[in-house]
Amino acid sequence: MTVALSISGLTKTYKNGVEAVKGIDLKVKKGDFFALLGPNGAGKSTTIGVIASLVNKSQGKVEIFGHDIDTHLELAKSKLGLVPQEFNFSMFETLNNILVTQAGYYGVPRNIAFERAEKYLKQLDLFDKKNMAARTLSGGMKRRLMIARALMHEPKVLILDEPTAGVDIELRRSMWDFLQELNDQGVTIILTTHYLEEAEMLCKNIAIIDKGIIVEDTSMKSLLATLDKETIVLDLKQPVKKVNLNGYDFSMSDDHTLEVDIVKSQGLNSIFEQLSAQGNTVLSMRNKSNRLEELFISLLNKNKASNSEVA
Amino acid sequence: MDFTGNLIALKSIWIKECVRFLRIWVQTLVPPAITMSLYFVIFGNLIGSRIGEMGGFNYMEFIVPGLIMMSVITNSYSNVASAFYSTKFQKSIEELLVSPVPNYIIVLGYMGGGMTRGLLVGLIVTCVSLFFVDIQIHNLGIIVLTLFLTSAVFSLAGLINAIFANSFDDISIIPTFILTPLTYLGGVFYSITLLPDFWQTVSQINPIIYMVNAFRFGFLGYTDVNLAVAFTVLTVFITVLFITALTLIKKGIGLRH
Repeated sequence: MTVALSISGLTKTYKNGVEAVKGIDLKVKKGDFFALLGPNGAGKSTTIGVIASLVNKSQGKVEIFGHDIDTHLELAKSKLGLVPQEFNFSMFETLNNILVTQAGYYGVPRNIAFERAEKYLKQLDLFDKKNMAARTLSGGMKRRLMIARALMHEPKVLILDEPTAGVDIELRRSMWDFLQELNDQGVTIILTTHYLEEAEMLCKNIAIIDKGIIVEDTSMKSLLATLDKETIVLDLKQPVKKVNLNGYDFSMSDDHTLEVDIVKSQGLNSIFEQLSAQGNTVLSMRNKSNRLEELFISLLNKNKASNSEVA
Repeated sequence: MDFTGNLIALKSIWIKECVRFLRIWVQTLVPPAITMSLYFVIFGNLIGSRIGEMGGFNYMEFIVPGLIMMSVITNSYSNVASAFYSTKFQKSIEELLVSPVPNYIIVLGYMGGGMTRGLLVGLIVTCVSLFFVDIQIHNLGIIVLTLFLTSAVFSLAGLINAIFANSFDDISIIPTFILTPLTYLGGVFYSITLLPDFWQTVSQINPIIYMVNAFRFGFLGYTDVNLAVAFTVLTVFITVLFITALTLIKKGIGLRH
């Protein structure tokens, strides 16, 4: 297995004494679509900062496609593309200039850089803005510009730190398609996001970081398989005052809506049978919350509990 | 990156810097032309005609090289100081920090941008001065060499200022409190031979004395200082400032957490 990113024993303590990262080990294989999740302040952006050489690490080792950032920094950097959380381009420059200049930093000749700028601006639906100053773009456009910029040197690993924050749902979905396409072409993608639906839909593997440590590092499939309880919301056709569901924990949120907790082994058939027998018709059914969201919260709670025990 | 890659990166930083100061030409190129025109009219024509000769030349002829050099110094410095600090402020410096551009290319790129603006402003001010005085050229090589080396010194100094700066105030403190006094006391408006011996000796600590006098020699063939000393001072300053800027960027001072 070729490893795209390898992190071992990574720690970062800031000058003010804050320990943002407390010994992280992580491996992302080539071609992966990897989610790095965690609450605010968990250490995600610090970790990404270290990988991208924006933050000096305290200890540990980081390799990008086998190139150690301590000994072969330039080679490691040349493999990496970064889409940071905050807008970090000159607001006064035109889109074309931003992209062509960035390509130049990686040694891409200007004629090729102009061709690539055109290609990515078209793919990300920004081509008609190419000669406009970046400050005139909307928030969603600025996010797409940062993706285009990160691709100008055709990196092998692309790290996106909350790329869809503040982006409307239609645009978010088109960005998902674009990223999926990139991944299909062989680009390893590492994504942090607060939209867990996004991570569940796109990512093959996942790590969850909390308070500077990795609390879970597994495949998305096996993580979701550990979820043993889900809450299903059923919308009923007629209003009801009372429902009996033997063997299930449930509650009525209003006279048309029933919330039922289902353990994996229980199945759904019995719910429908019992409701039909009581003369109720189920119009629709949905998960109360995203499955990954439930797992995410339970893992963070577990980490909180274990920290309290230690304290 | 290989040599060609580094050259492309250098060219990219330089073009970006030139595009930046040309885009805001009203702020960067016009003010020195206006300020220097006022100097020429007031100090050269109105007051200068009453001063008489300085170093064997009429006062206007004497101050023109110093005024050109003054505009080169301030523009080279402020170009890099404000451009580099702005990239820190807008975080667009991260575009460079994540890329494989070697640190010495970053220093050279910004230095190149500052030198270009300094030299362009110098050219504009020279053209403006032609309206007031017939410029004579004693040694073109000395003029060009002094211009290049001086603009390099102050571009590097501006870069170091910007690396340490934490606010826009920090990039105006040094020009206001150090650069301007040193320039005014650097022999732009007078020959240091007019000063008492003690102050002549003190003046020799001021590096700008050497730059202004070397430049003046190129035009008039007149200097208050030894030219070999002047070029040695310039070379030493460039070397020390370049190594300092390189070390600061390598350590990530003011750039990386």
